[in-house]
Amino acid sequence: MTSQIPALIIVIPLIASFFNLLMGWWRKGLCYPWVIFALGLCSLASSATLWTVIQTGTIHYRLGNWAPPWGLEYVVDHLNAFVLVIVSFISLIISIYSKKSIEQELPGKTVYFYTIFLLLVTGLLGIVITGDMFNLYVFLEIASLAGYALIALGEDRSALASFEYVIIGTVGACFYLLGVGYLYIVTGSLNMADLTELLPRLYLSKVILVAFSFFIVGVAIKMALFPLHVWLPDAYTYAPSTVSVLVASTMTKVGAYVLIRIMFTVFKPYYPIEIIPLTTILGWVAVAAMMFGCIMAIAQYDLKRIFSYIIVAEVGYIVLGVSVANRMGLTGAILHILNDAFMMACLFFVAGAIMYKTGSRDISHFRNLHRKMPFTMAAFTIAALSVIGIPPTCGFFSKWYLIIGAIDAQQWIFAAALILSSLLSALVFFKIIENVYFEPRVAHAHNGASHEEVAVDEVPVSMLIPIYITVAGILTFGVFSGKIISTIIQFAVPASF
Amino acid sequence: MMEAVYSIKPLLAVLVSLTAACLILLTGERSKNLRETWTILASVLKFSIVASMIPTILKGNVIEYTLITLAPGLLLQFRVDAFGLVFGLLASTLWIATSFYSIGYMRGLDEHAQTRFFFCFAIALFATIGIAFSANLLTLFIFYEILTMATYPLVSHKETPEAIKGGRKYLTYTLTAGVVILLAIATMYHLTGTVDFRPGGFVSGHVSPDMLRFLFVALVLGFGVKAGMMPFHEWLPTAMVAPTPVSALLHAVAVVKAGVFCVLRVILYVFGPDLLHDTGLWLMLAYFVSFTIIISCFFALAQDNIKRRLAFSTINNLSIIILGAALLSGSAIKGAMLHIAYHGFMKITLFFVAGAIYVKAHKENVSELDGLGRQMPLTFGSFALGAMGVSGIPPLCGFISKWYLCLGALEAKEIFFLFVFLTSAFLDAAFFFPIVYRAFFKKAQETVKPHFDEAPMFMVIPLTATAVISLILGIFPNAFLPFFEIVTVAVQSILGG
Repeated sequence: MTSQIPALIIVIPLIASFFNLLMGWWRKGLCYPWVIFALGLCSLASSATLWTVIQTGTIHYRLGNWAPPWGLEYVVDHLNAFVLVIVSFISLIISIYSKKSIEQELPGKTVYFYTIFLLLVTGLLGIVITGDMFNLYVFLEIASLAGYALIALGEDRSALASFEYVIIGTVGACFYLLGVGYLYIVTGSLNMADLTELLPRLYLSKVILVAFSFFIVGVAIKMALFPLHVWLPDAYTYAPSTVSVLVASTMTKVGAYVLIRIMFTVFKPYYPIEIIPLTTILGWVAVAAMMFGCIMAIAQYDLKRIFSYIIVAEVGYIVLGVSVANRMGLTGAILHILNDAFMMACLFFVAGAIMYKTGSRDISHFRNLHRKMPFTMAAFTIAALSVIGIPPTCGFFSKWYLIIGAIDAQQWIFAAALILSSLLSALVFFKIIENVYFEPRVAHAHNGASHEEVAVDEVPVSMLIPIYITVAGILTFGVFSGKIISTIIQFAVPASF
Repeated sequence: MMEAVYSIKPLLAVLVSLTAACLILLTGERSKNLRETWTILASVLKFSIVASMIPTILKGNVIEYTLITLAPGLLLQFRVDAFGLVFGLLASTLWIATSFYSIGYMRGLDEHAQTRFFFCFAIALFATIGIAFSANLLTLFIFYEILTMATYPLVSHKETPEAIKGGRKYLTYTLTAGVVILLAIATMYHLTGTVDFRPGGFVSGHVSPDMLRFLFVALVLGFGVKAGMMPFHEWLPTAMVAPTPVSALLHAVAVVKAGVFCVLRVILYVFGPDLLHDTGLWLMLAYFVSFTIIISCFFALAQDNIKRRLAFSTINNLSIIILGAALLSGSAIKGAMLHIAYHGFMKITLFFVAGAIYVKAHKENVSELDGLGRQMPLTFGSFALGAMGVSGIPPLCGFISKWYLCLGALEAKEIFFLFVFLTSAFLDAAFFFPIVYRAFFKKAQETVKPHFDEAPMFMVIPLTATAVISLILGIFPNAFLPFFEIVTVAVQSILGG
């Protein structure tokens, strides 16, 4: 039985999604516990998988017992076991959070919401777990289609935002598929491990170059790497709060995972480093992404839009770590996948909570919010400090590894860009913090009396608990990053680094 | 010889104030007395823990406690050595005085957001002791950034447009400095594989001369921002908008002293006297801070606002400390370390006085003080003592430290710097004694009451206490806070090891 666990990670949410629809016709109220139950099981399964990987090494799981490269294969090593746990766990806490927010924002659509929600999670987990290039495409489309639908559920302008996303996202998926096609033409194989063996002989071929370019551009669209990020701010801003949290904290991170997988597993690391100068290009693109994301975020007033641009910058961090192509840099990138997932979840949770209570996302309306929602705003502050990279939050530690990585690679400009973007994000977040915590007073006014009374009006516990789970993660992952790296991440980095 | 004693005491000393901070937050406005009890309890407890480490340190040992290992050669670790203890002892002693004082001040003015104030205060002390006891640059940096974050709300406490601007300026300077420091630390780790402080330095032999210069400039200027080194001092006078206890403890003691402490750590424990002497970097630094020493005196002469005048005096004294360390001779280092402690006692007295005047008479400017000494003899008597001390007049403790500094200048065979010390002592007197003169000898204004009418006892007792302590320390340097002996041990370990 235990050997079947990797398959269960996908099968549970897929089946649950189907039954959720049936159950929803009967009793709407059952959907919420059912989703939590399913994702709880799913998290357990992925944790067990991670545990097995740590104990015994890479797991190869043959679907239907067909031998690869003909049959489908799930390959779970340290890298994707790690990402699987992140994705399944984050979606579990999001499902806990979703109840109140969905009831308010999507009354009457809860059943469909949860059904698609589970499909999206299935897609994301599938992308991560599979060891087959084409199978990855299938899951990518499942995730994307579910994503389009969920985003379109949002407020008025979400339909347009979603349509934009459909167009660009489909282009990205097509590029990826074309890449798969090219590889299949020249090698006759779709299995990743098989391709790793077959490809090196063809590295100088133009076909491989084209295929590889398609992959990178396709994935870059999916992970919203600057300048292919244009769909992201609209889509993430207008989507329902819960959906924003899910896509913001997992989708770009899964994209980053695919990038790492293709660059360093399907292709051997020396291909994107030495044969074509991809890592150099990616490095500069990442720098541009970091700068652009932060600067655009400064200019916004809509809270979710600010966070969306911060994601663009965060994707830049991860790609920067990948592009310096050394042990420290990639360690930082993989660690940042974890940290960023939690930071973004926390930030978008907070945005959702504020929406739930005040109905506004405009940061100029946030005056005195720290007295109305003290716990939510405290969580926001901690997440903000983490994005800026203030120790001892986890954001500092991933930044530390990324900077060391950049310095190891003698890329001083990358290191400078990392610290510059920290400063820019400080600008973004302290603008909000000032708006929330300080009310401009007249000098020498008698103090105590000028307070307008604000009653505490916090969000329900079902929303606060998920927020504080992410806060706990933000506070502990950094300090224990040494442990995380020595048990998991160091094995996820290609041995040749 | 030096021996490492393993003990949990450093961790406890650090955690006491963090625990207090949490308790303060939990208690909140519900019971003000209970909330203040936490502050007092924690400060006394912290002092006793720090003081209990004195005997071990005087034997020439260090106390270590490892929190967590991030990577080989990269630990989060506490190590109490003689120099760290000087700073720790100073901060924890003065916290007791400030706790009483700030209760009197905050209640006397009926300030708003008192819970936030005491919470941030406790966090700032947590960070300060963390800085004092850090065993390496990374741990130090973590606490250094926490200190920045904790003091930002204190600077902006009044929430007037001016205060918010002051806070922004403070953040801009310190965060920018912070990222420069981070880059330097990361580079250092990359080059040497360690960031662990060692008496006499650890960089020697690992780094090319160019890189050495870059690292030295980055670290000294980076930490120098908090130490008010010109031309990066602008934030300090601006930050004087903060409530006076904040200015007192944080801007005369904890924050700026943390800056100086870090600069001294960098000079003596990272680069080391030998390396700096061989490369001639010490002379560069010495001339650089000499500029600050002289110029800041002239700025101080021009200020009418008492706190701003004190701020420039602080800038002056901080650079004196750095100059002492930069001279690298035994007596100069001794004088510098002693001045960290002694200046703390004297300057906090002066700030306390400024606050007492503000609470009692609502006066902030030197020109308004005429005759006030007759109404508040204890306050102005203490001010006179503090002023004498800062100007280096015996028998105040300021004389001892300045004596050693002058001796050190002679030992280093640099007569120029002897004159710098002497000029600045002269100018100190020139801008402090007019205040004393006005208060006691000028004809009283009509607003001044002719009879004895002091500020609340909560404020007067701490300020006379610190004044008396600086007198006692001047006559009996080892009376009850054996700074002199501890400093002697520290100098021995640096130069004799």
